[in-house]
Order: sequence, then structure tokens, then C-alpha cells
Amino acid sequence: MPDIATVLQQARRSLAIARKDIRIYYSKGPVIIFGVLFPVFLFLAFTIGRRLSVDFMIPGLIGMILFFTATSISPIVVPWEAQARTLERLMSCPVRFETIIIGDILASFAFGLAISLVPIILGLFLGITISSPFIFALAVIVAALCFASLGTVFSIPPTNVPATVNMIAAAIKFPVVFISGIFIPLDELPVWGQAIAYISPLTYFTDIARNCIQGRGHLPAAVDLLVLLAFTAIFLVVAVKLHQRTMPRRI
Amino acid sequence: MNNDVAIQVVNLTKRYGEVPAVDRISFTVKKAEFFGFLGPNGAGKTTTLRVLTGVIKADEGSASILEYKAGSLKAKQVTGVVPEMANAYADLSGWDNLMLMAELYGIPARVARERGTSLMQEIELYPRKDSLVRTYSKGMKQRLILCLALISDPEVLFLDEPTSGLDVQSACLIKDLLQGLNAKGKTIFLTTHDMEEANQLCDRVAIINEGKIVATDAPEKLRMAMSGMHSVEVSFDNVVNAEVLASIPGVNTIKKLGDKWRLYTINPGELVVSLTNFSCSNGLKIISLNTLAPSLEDAFMALTEKKGKDA
Repeated sequence: MPDIATVLQQARRSLAIARKDIRIYYSKGPVIIFGVLFPVFLFLAFTIGRRLSVDFMIPGLIGMILFFTATSISPIVVPWEAQARTLERLMSCPVRFETIIIGDILASFAFGLAISLVPIILGLFLGITISSPFIFALAVIVAALCFASLGTVFSIPPTNVPATVNMIAAAIKFPVVFISGIFIPLDELPVWGQAIAYISPLTYFTDIARNCIQGRGHLPAAVDLLVLLAFTAIFLVVAVKLHQRTMPRRI
Repeated sequence: MNNDVAIQVVNLTKRYGEVPAVDRISFTVKKAEFFGFLGPNGAGKTTTLRVLTGVIKADEGSASILEYKAGSLKAKQVTGVVPEMANAYADLSGWDNLMLMAELYGIPARVARERGTSLMQEIELYPRKDSLVRTYSKGMKQRLILCLALISDPEVLFLDEPTSGLDVQSACLIKDLLQGLNAKGKTIFLTTHDMEEANQLCDRVAIINEGKIVATDAPEKLRMAMSGMHSVEVSFDNVVNAEVLASIPGVNTIKKLGDKWRLYTINPGELVVSLTNFSCSNGLKIISLNTLAPSLEDAFMALTEKKGKDA
């Protein structure tokens, strides 16, 4: 078990890795396309012409953008580093595997948080009201961490080709968007549809967002938050443990 | 453990599937020693270095760096690494790469700036410190990678083929810097297959072949131990048949090198006399005649070929 000094030291080094990721990977094409442009166009494609209220649309848009942006950098950093031959140096530095992975997650988390402000501000501009700003802010933070951790899980297979990881990520992300109550509220889904929706972490964020903005959620906000935290813990543990196994095979 | 020991490796084994890349190797590197790790491609040099630098884990055996377990945070903290084929971050400037590395080693910002400036000046990169690494030449990138390894002022430096494929100027700059560091008491572990480089730089070398260490000694001692590898290089004013030359008493093997012949022998003095007699009796004129001690390359070839034949 590491002592407190080591934990703090490794936390500082995780932040250094996150800053590096932000500087290098924010402007990469796949991040901009899959993280920002794609969710906006996908959302517009499914909502334009459907006479939906702003109160209904904005929680879904925030959920979509947060999900796509927070999962846009974390999957590609490790394969990109391996491909660019910078990973071996990073692994030989005095940092733990956990430090590298958490650094990558923090970069995605920050990106998700920053970009999700755009639909939130847009919603406020269009007249939405957030009934519980503190719970909503907490939900955005927990969900960004949860999705960023999920993104790191996508890159566990030891391939060094970012496009392959993006393909794996897309194969999971798109179905998740359609089962998470973004386009159809959970209350309107059949029981089997709701059962599927419960396996998606995005469902719980969308539910809190609807609760805070529309004033009607399917589950209590506390339950949504707890489930999101549980998903975050699972994704973090899985990402750290499995990357520990696969990372040396990338070299 | 002895306080003079910088690197200790005992029965280290690493397998890829069923194939042992490194097979129960043991060696010790003393503090302030310049240690060469030589071997042909695929011999296990890089695998050994990766275990020592904590990038991969050994299957069996143990390794320690300044008494810390290889791969531990403490061991990594006291080492600098120049991995084979490694790159700096191409989308960051040379200076930003250096400062990132300093942060990952926990170097205070003021110390990092002073040390970074001094290193970049020494290695002639300072005028380009703010340029993106993607604009650097190969030699500049390799010099920067050496700077990255030195920003933490490590006690032990691991280098994997650091001058491979570089222009003469960059290679010389790196070799001079390494010699300077070694003179200041830094321990250097260098993997290479450049015999001349190992001969110039290393206090001792280990030769690894097919995952096993076949010799460990000072380059001079390894050379001199190759008693059958002395040779005489001779050229005549006329064409000479190889079989006739091979029949001269004392010649073990012969090799044609352009217009010259290299004759390997145990006793080069006697062979010179035999060659003089041979030229007189056959009406030939000797154009040039040199006696050669075995080179490190001869020792390397003999040791790695012998191991291959034995296997």
C-alpha cells in the first residue's frame, strides 16, 4: 500500500500527464470529429422536425455531448503514444501504471467538462431553468469522470492503431446513445427497453439532467448518482488492471 | 549487497511464449562503470534493458539498481533512459518535452529550468529549444532524447543503441557527453552492436547471444583472449591462389579483402617469415604487410558464432 507522500507525488505526475495530453491531443482530427462535431450532427438529425420542447432537447444534448467528448481522448492516447514511440519513455519514468491511466482519464474529463458547458449555456440562453444546480453540477462532474474512464476501457486491446480503437469505441458508443433515454424518455420505453437502458451509464446522467431541467426523472437523483459512481469505480478498476497487463505488449 | 554495485542481475529470465528471450543471465555493474552490453540483433539486449528500466517484468530471477528493485519507483527515480527508437513528443517543443520529463521526475521547476538550459546548451540545441520537435532532424531528436534522460541528473543511465543511424557529428557529440558523464561518476549501461563504439567507450562489456551471456570482460582482455584470431594482412604484386596461401605453415584461415589477403594465425611473427619465403620462392613482390591483433569485432564474432555452433 503506497504512503500518502507517494500518492500525492503520483497525483502531481498524473496532472502533468493530463496537461500533456490536453496540449497534444485536443486538436487531433479524430477528437474534434468524434468528440464535438459528431454528437451535434447526430442530435440534430434525430430532433429536427420533431416538435420537441427545449426542456426535453437540452438534457439529451448535454448528455450526448458530455458522453462523446469525455470518451474522445482517453481511448486514443495510449495507442497513439505506442504508435508514436513515446510510450516506452513514459513507462520508464518514475510513474505507476495507474498514474498514466488516471492522467489520460483526467485529460478526457477536463475536455468533457469544458465542452459540455456549451450546451448548458445554450440551454440557459434558450430559457431552461435548472432546479437543483448543485446536484446537476455534481452529476456533470461524476458523469464526465465516468465516461472518461469508460473511454480508457475501450483502448485496453493492445493495438497501436488509433483508428482500430476508435472503431471499437464507436461500436459501443452508438448503441449506448440509443438506449439511454436521449431520444425517447425512459418512461415511454417498454419494460424490456428499460431493462436494457439500465445497463448504460449514460441513462443515469440523462435521467438526472431531465430531473433537474424538466422536473421529471425516472429514478431518484440520489440513485442515479450512486449508480454513476459505481460505474465510474468499475471502469477505473477495469482500466487500470487490464492496461497493466496489455501496456507492456504495446512496446 | 556491496556498496560499489550499481546494477545487479541474478538469473534473470524473460520468455515470450515458450521462447526465452533472456535465459538466466547474471552480471554486475559497478558504480561509475561504463558497461557495454553487446549482441547481434535479437540476442536479448533490449529485453534485458526493458526489464532493468521497469518497462516489462521478468519471469524469473532478480535485478536491482542501486539496491532498489528494478522497476520500482525508487529504481526508476535514480535512472535515466534512452530507449531504442524512442521519440520525444513531436507536437511539443524541445523545451516543453524537457519540462514535462522534469515534472514526471518531480524536479522543482527552478532546478529544471537551470538544468534544462545547461543541458540544451551543452548538446547544442538551445537555439532551437522553442521549435516543435517535429521540425528537428534525426540527430537533433536523438540529442534531445539524451537531454530528457539527463534532466533528472540520474546516477545510472541506460542507453539502447543511442548513436544508431546518426550522422558523425551527432554521434561524436553524444559519445563525448557520455564520456564526460562517466568521468563525473555516473554509471552507464550501453547496449550496442557497434564494436568500435564499445571499444572506445566501455570499461567492461558483456556479450549476449541467443539470450545467454557468453563473455564478460574488459574489451582489451576479450580481444587478447582470442589467441587464434591474430592475423597478418598481405598484398602481392600478382594474383595468388587462395589454396596456395592456405597451405603456408601456420595459417589457420584466410579471408580475401579487396586486393589484400588476411591470414589468421596463432603466431604472426612466424607467419611473416613464412610469407617472405613464400614470396621469394614464387617470384612475388610483397606490396604491403601488416600484423593485426584481434579486434573486439573478431572476439564478438568468434564468441557468438561459437555459441551458435554449440547450440
